[in-house]
Amino acid sequence: MHFASSPQGSPEPRRPLAIRPLSITAYTATTALGRGRAAQLDALRARRGGLRPNDFGDDRLDCWIGRVDGLESDPLPAPLAHWDCRNNRLAWLALHQDGMFEAVNAARERFGADRVAIVLGTSTASIGASEEAYARLEDGADGQPTFPADLQRPIVHTPHSLGDFVQHATGLRGPCVTVATACSSSAKVFAQAARLIAAGLADAALVGGVDTLCGSVLFGFNSLGLVSQAPCKPFDAARDGLSLGEAGGFALLERTEGAPGLSLRGYGESSDAHHMSAPHPEGLGARLAMGDALARAGLSPADIDYLNLHGTATPANDTIEAQAVATLFPDTLHASSTKGWTGHTLGAAGIVESVVALLALEHGVLPGILNSAERDGACGPQIQFDNAERTIRYAMNNSFGFGGNNCSLVFAA
Amino acid sequence: MTPLTATVQGIGFWANGLPDWAAARAYVLGAARVDGAPARPSPQLLAPNERRRAPDTVALALDVALAACEAAGRAPQDLPSIFASTHGDLGITDYMCSTLAENPRAVSPTRFHNSVHNAAAGYWTIGAGCTQSTTALSAYDATFAEGLIEALVQLHAGQDAVLLVGYDGHAGGPLGPIARSEGLLGGALVLSSEAHANAPRISVDIVPLTVEPGHGRLTQLAGRNAMAPMLPLFEALALGGGDVVLQSGQNRAVRVRISVPSPAAHGAPVAAGALDG
Repeated sequence: MHFASSPQGSPEPRRPLAIRPLSITAYTATTALGRGRAAQLDALRARRGGLRPNDFGDDRLDCWIGRVDGLESDPLPAPLAHWDCRNNRLAWLALHQDGMFEAVNAARERFGADRVAIVLGTSTASIGASEEAYARLEDGADGQPTFPADLQRPIVHTPHSLGDFVQHATGLRGPCVTVATACSSSAKVFAQAARLIAAGLADAALVGGVDTLCGSVLFGFNSLGLVSQAPCKPFDAARDGLSLGEAGGFALLERTEGAPGLSLRGYGESSDAHHMSAPHPEGLGARLAMGDALARAGLSPADIDYLNLHGTATPANDTIEAQAVATLFPDTLHASSTKGWTGHTLGAAGIVESVVALLALEHGVLPGILNSAERDGACGPQIQFDNAERTIRYAMNNSFGFGGNNCSLVFAA
Repeated sequence: MTPLTATVQGIGFWANGLPDWAAARAYVLGAARVDGAPARPSPQLLAPNERRRAPDTVALALDVALAACEAAGRAPQDLPSIFASTHGDLGITDYMCSTLAENPRAVSPTRFHNSVHNAAAGYWTIGAGCTQSTTALSAYDATFAEGLIEALVQLHAGQDAVLLVGYDGHAGGPLGPIARSEGLLGGALVLSSEAHANAPRISVDIVPLTVEPGHGRLTQLAGRNAMAPMLPLFEALALGGGDVVLQSGQNRAVRVRISVPSPAAHGAPVAAGALDG
């Protein structure tokens, strides 16, 4: 389905107000690179990617994937068996790295369970469980095809599977929402959580996102002709599509009175108003999201040291994003896509790449781009293929999704 | 917490047999359903050929969203939006899972990109030429309550007005008995910060309560749709005020207090059908 966007000129400049920083007191990611922050940092530093030839499922497309090991053999503990599925197993695994679970417990004790919100992003939640149910349909009492008994659990067949599981796993009782705006989902959770805290509905928020490999995304992206047969090559002149991955990650945001330290400083959200599965040709929405994130952070483009790009390695996305970055930022910015390491983790990309930005702030490791050799002509000097190491103050993350749904975040050390 | 407040500037509604807010409001007040109402909305924001091809939930969400904007006198392109749906389009989920089980390489690219939870949000912003932020969320039976909270905190964060849309569709195929959602049900509110003469104000806070399912006329009619938890609010708006509680978790509810300014206070008579849109 396609219809042209309605005629419009340049949108009027919108100037959102600066927000109060929110401290990030714990954060973690689990990807094809391994479990927890150290695994991400080591692989980024060593330029060791996590993609492998597709070995997922029975019917295997000729492509590379970023798969998390160990999910098949590690079911949820018995009290949480009601939520058991690949996506919630990855949520549980990610929640138990880097002291995140203990940090959440401490926040629950300190603020009270009803004062800590849960805002999590996912693209497909646990639709893998629904796919499995359809592959194993049985004859029901009424003669109609019926889900097998072990999958007759409504909560794993709906988008809020993720949020509901984490709520029960953590015992938090504040606002609990699952955001599902495709590949911007777990970036937008930072914005929604910041608003909840600013309005007084919570003192802290567990944000993050989880997406797992499943038939829907492998065969869906393949049907759109967007999957490369090789490991993806972001911003390479010869790139020919994305590599899909799975990941989970979390961050704990807290209201703070003192120096915020590692913190969320700004967010920007916008719509392309252009097409369901293709980016705006001039990167209109991307520029609006980045501009709003800077305004809320009270910063100018020259203040940003590192930008983690959406950089999916599809021909359209990378050209447009590189042009938008060249329009907005000075030549000194270090910008890169890390999807060559992890694959495109869809609804988890926002949190995974926010974790990369936070690692850059904490450890001074500015990743370049993996698998790419020849620069696309659209790349400005901002797009860096090689890693760099230096102390930085501010980092930004871009996440863009289907429907022209864009989100940019600004973090500070 | 300090209650969050907003003005209900415009309302849109669609249920089987109640194809707009005027019909729904009259139904709450005792009228009958509309004879010969269409089985599905025809969203005027889309080009004619797209109206027919749009997934049911997209047609539904865009129809009530546009009606709320028109009732509020607001241009759709000016409003940030929140699309709240428990399940998204269950018909497309059924299609995706069936096709993947039978012949995964036959998945339709259009059906795939329509399968995202933010499909309605995407078509809305494209159709309206709206570059403002939009989001798509789910919180199971608290979906509308959490969508309302997100709308109010966006106003608190400085937005002048926002569009909130709650909708769910019909569950069919093997997923039907699991997801349990019947028919099409959608409701939309344009909420603004400033008070407006004759428009209801809402004041919202969180209270420790477990809420019983509603039993008003709209709930009796459309209570089997997954978005039914929003109906007590629309019933109260139709009746002209009162307090409503919407479930938003275990022993946790969103309380909405509705007040309609008296005509005398604003020195102007209540316009007939001020809430009709």
